[in-house]
Amino acid sequence: MDLHFGDSKPTDEERAAIDTLLGPPESSWEGADRSDADLRWARGGRAARERRDLLLPGLHAVHDRIGWISEGALDYLCRRLTVPPAEAYGVATFYAMFSVKPRPATVLHVCTDLACAAAGASELCAGVEARLGLGSGVSVERSPCLGLCERAPAALAVKAGDPVRTAVSAPATVERAVLAASAPDSAPEEPPAALAVPQAGDPSLTLLGRVGVVDPASLDDYRAHGGYTALRQAFALGPAGVIREVTDAGLVGRGGAAFPTGRKWQATASQPGHPHYLVCNADESEPGTFKDRVVMEGDPYSLVEAMTIAAYAVGAHRGYLYLRGEYPRALRRMEHAIGQARARGLLGDDVLGQGYAFDIEIRRGAGAYICGEETALFNSIEGYRGEPRSKPPFPVEKGLFGRPTAENNVETLVNVLPILTMGAPAYAATGTGGSTGPKLFCVSGSVDRPGIYELPFGATLGELLELAGVRERLRAVLLGGAAGGFVRPDELDIPLTFEGTRAAGTTLGSGVVLAFDDTVPLPRLLLRIAEFFRDESCGQCVPCRVGTVRQEEALHRIVERTGADAAADITLLREVGRAMKDASICGLGQTAWNAVESAIDRLGAYE
Amino acid sequence: MTVTSLGIPRRLLEFTIDGQSVRAPEGSTILDACRSAGKDVPTLCQGDTLTPKNACRVCVVEVEGARTLVPACSRKAEAGMEVRTDTERARHSRKVVLELLASSVDLSTTPEVAGWLKEYEAKPDRFGPDAARVDEQPRIDNDLYVRDYDKCILCYKCVDACGDQWQNTFAISVTGRGFDARIAVEHDGPLTDSACVYCGNCIEVCPTGALSFKSEFDMRAAGTWDESAQTGTTTVCAYCGVGCNLTLHVQDNEIVKVTSPHDNPVTHGNLCIKGRFGYQHVQNRD
Repeated sequence: MDLHFGDSKPTDEERAAIDTLLGPPESSWEGADRSDADLRWARGGRAARERRDLLLPGLHAVHDRIGWISEGALDYLCRRLTVPPAEAYGVATFYAMFSVKPRPATVLHVCTDLACAAAGASELCAGVEARLGLGSGVSVERSPCLGLCERAPAALAVKAGDPVRTAVSAPATVERAVLAASAPDSAPEEPPAALAVPQAGDPSLTLLGRVGVVDPASLDDYRAHGGYTALRQAFALGPAGVIREVTDAGLVGRGGAAFPTGRKWQATASQPGHPHYLVCNADESEPGTFKDRVVMEGDPYSLVEAMTIAAYAVGAHRGYLYLRGEYPRALRRMEHAIGQARARGLLGDDVLGQGYAFDIEIRRGAGAYICGEETALFNSIEGYRGEPRSKPPFPVEKGLFGRPTAENNVETLVNVLPILTMGAPAYAATGTGGSTGPKLFCVSGSVDRPGIYELPFGATLGELLELAGVRERLRAVLLGGAAGGFVRPDELDIPLTFEGTRAAGTTLGSGVVLAFDDTVPLPRLLLRIAEFFRDESCGQCVPCRVGTVRQEEALHRIVERTGADAAADITLLREVGRAMKDASICGLGQTAWNAVESAIDRLGAYE
Repeated sequence: MTVTSLGIPRRLLEFTIDGQSVRAPEGSTILDACRSAGKDVPTLCQGDTLTPKNACRVCVVEVEGARTLVPACSRKAEAGMEVRTDTERARHSRKVVLELLASSVDLSTTPEVAGWLKEYEAKPDRFGPDAARVDEQPRIDNDLYVRDYDKCILCYKCVDACGDQWQNTFAISVTGRGFDARIAVEHDGPLTDSACVYCGNCIEVCPTGALSFKSEFDMRAAGTWDESAQTGTTTVCAYCGVGCNLTLHVQDNEIVKVTSPHDNPVTHGNLCIKGRFGYQHVQNRD
């Protein structure tokens, strides 16, 4: 590889940002001053290329400090990591949170997604833009779901510098959002995570039992509330025993695909290739989803413990926690928890004195819904564009860095703790035959008490909405987020199980329950869903890249039309939607038409 | 004498294509097997010298038991597989994909696509006159080749050919995402400021003419490009001792472009800047 770098030089600050991450450069080959030794040896090659996975952290380092990524900074980063500048440019332009053009140091991301749109995001945007015009030093960006749906509408301010400052404003008013953007340090502290759990403190809670009860910063407090008993149990059972318990418990993935976790772990554990990896998918970007954020903010050690158990079961010694970039507080809490666990011997070379080595590295996303797709997530960690890979081969065989990898989301992993502490039979006794255990639901929209609810599988949609205080004149419920489907208010007896929703012709997805009353204009909502998919398509395959655009165009055309006037475009939507579902590479394109289709068929959106 | 490596013997897999029993060596793709069985499946992004990226999705077929359609170009054949290439479902997807493509980019210089549009009764116009198009002006920033992204279907073949699969120059990549994704060099600058070494291997693999010789581009603009009047002569490059094969495309006694045979076991269609573009001396008539 004969890399070509341009003449652009980094500024001292850009260089410092990168050197803080990578250490000072050692030779002129990677950007230091030329020394005599450089005439006789070349540094780089394989050793440098093996650090390619530091590209995304490097881009973050520059962006955090400067607020955008200049040519000079990108070239210097490429030189340090032996990455071709064209590829790095392709990566930097892939993520919505990065800018390769100069922009103000402070960016205010105002959420315009489903729950926030229903709570008045467009007025908020207009008000904020009127106050923070040109010359204010703040760039206002309309953002997809920020995962703060229980406190909609929401805004997130990010002020570049050393260190980077962030402030969340939710529920946001124009005043509060402007304050967060102009003075993130003096913006009021976010309410505790437990406020997102209306049932907090209820002794019957399993997954959320510690949220609001323990101090999320204290490892001792976590242990005093039963923390690390599951890991001890795991060491007593051995890896095969853990997998057996998880399989017997009937745990299936909570991210939406509902794949049996025990089978995934068994398949990974039995692969001859090494090393094995564990990846925790904490990139929940499905509009309406915020459960992983609440778990990480309210009970961060539970995830550290659960990841340790999963890694032990599949024979991995390194785990990656891929955390979405829009979650600054979850990032801080997880960083702290991992640091504490490492300091106390619960991560590292000798976990709990059992001779088992495991450590966790956090990787921060940068605004790309597609990176929640498991193989796109691997590419993102590896320093490539977050485009999904085609399967087969499946991750259990060739996953992260081409090695056997088990990937689970946060909710799936924290379920492992009660499985080990209460035992598989007791766990499996909760829920139904086909869907065992407790389930987290993210309820938002037109309800009195939005938040995360934990219910055993099998409760009905009506029971859940009752808990959350459903309002009069319910018009529709979106199950499973933008990739899910709508159901009618007369379908509230649908049991919230994988088999029950399937039988009702819909999906549980990631556990999103977004309620809309009749004040919400349905066609606008569908348009927002279409916009979301058009924005978030990675662009790799034609059905998704162009299909999402054609879907949005057709919905624009019929936004004010019904009946015969809309019929031709609905036919068009159906045909394009069918091809997207059938021929797209990954789940994004395959599900981008689901919600709109269900709105047409079940809600009669354009009749 | 051409020495062709036969490789190690491979097991034959037995499976069915459209109900007909076929045998294909282990490791073959469904597309390979279809072609050896005398059945062709249309494809745009598949290339004979590159690892399939399966981005265009024109070659999708139905495989029994699979939830979605599968790309024939990259899915490996498995024993016992039941493949159906021409079902209503597969034809529907192909038709829509062709419509989506033809409505968003200029396919006028893409071989075979006009025939497929007809065969699948694709109607790209039905998305209306306001349907978004790529709509880019050709980028002409050097005398050797032109980038006309209005014709680009993002098949990734140029990226792969420039990158680790052939040239190892890594001058081009995909930037942006979704409908705004484009092929570009670093910082989206002119080619002359980039790492490009002008080997032209990206032109060699481009299936749509989005990348073309400046000579071809100028002649097309002038209306003088006439493929039927061209002859192709394969010869050996005289610049160095490697002995790469060149095919000189000649129209009216002028070399108008140079390609290289893909079945050449040494170069597989790849050349360097001299072989690809250094042909003026041949026709220097002073």
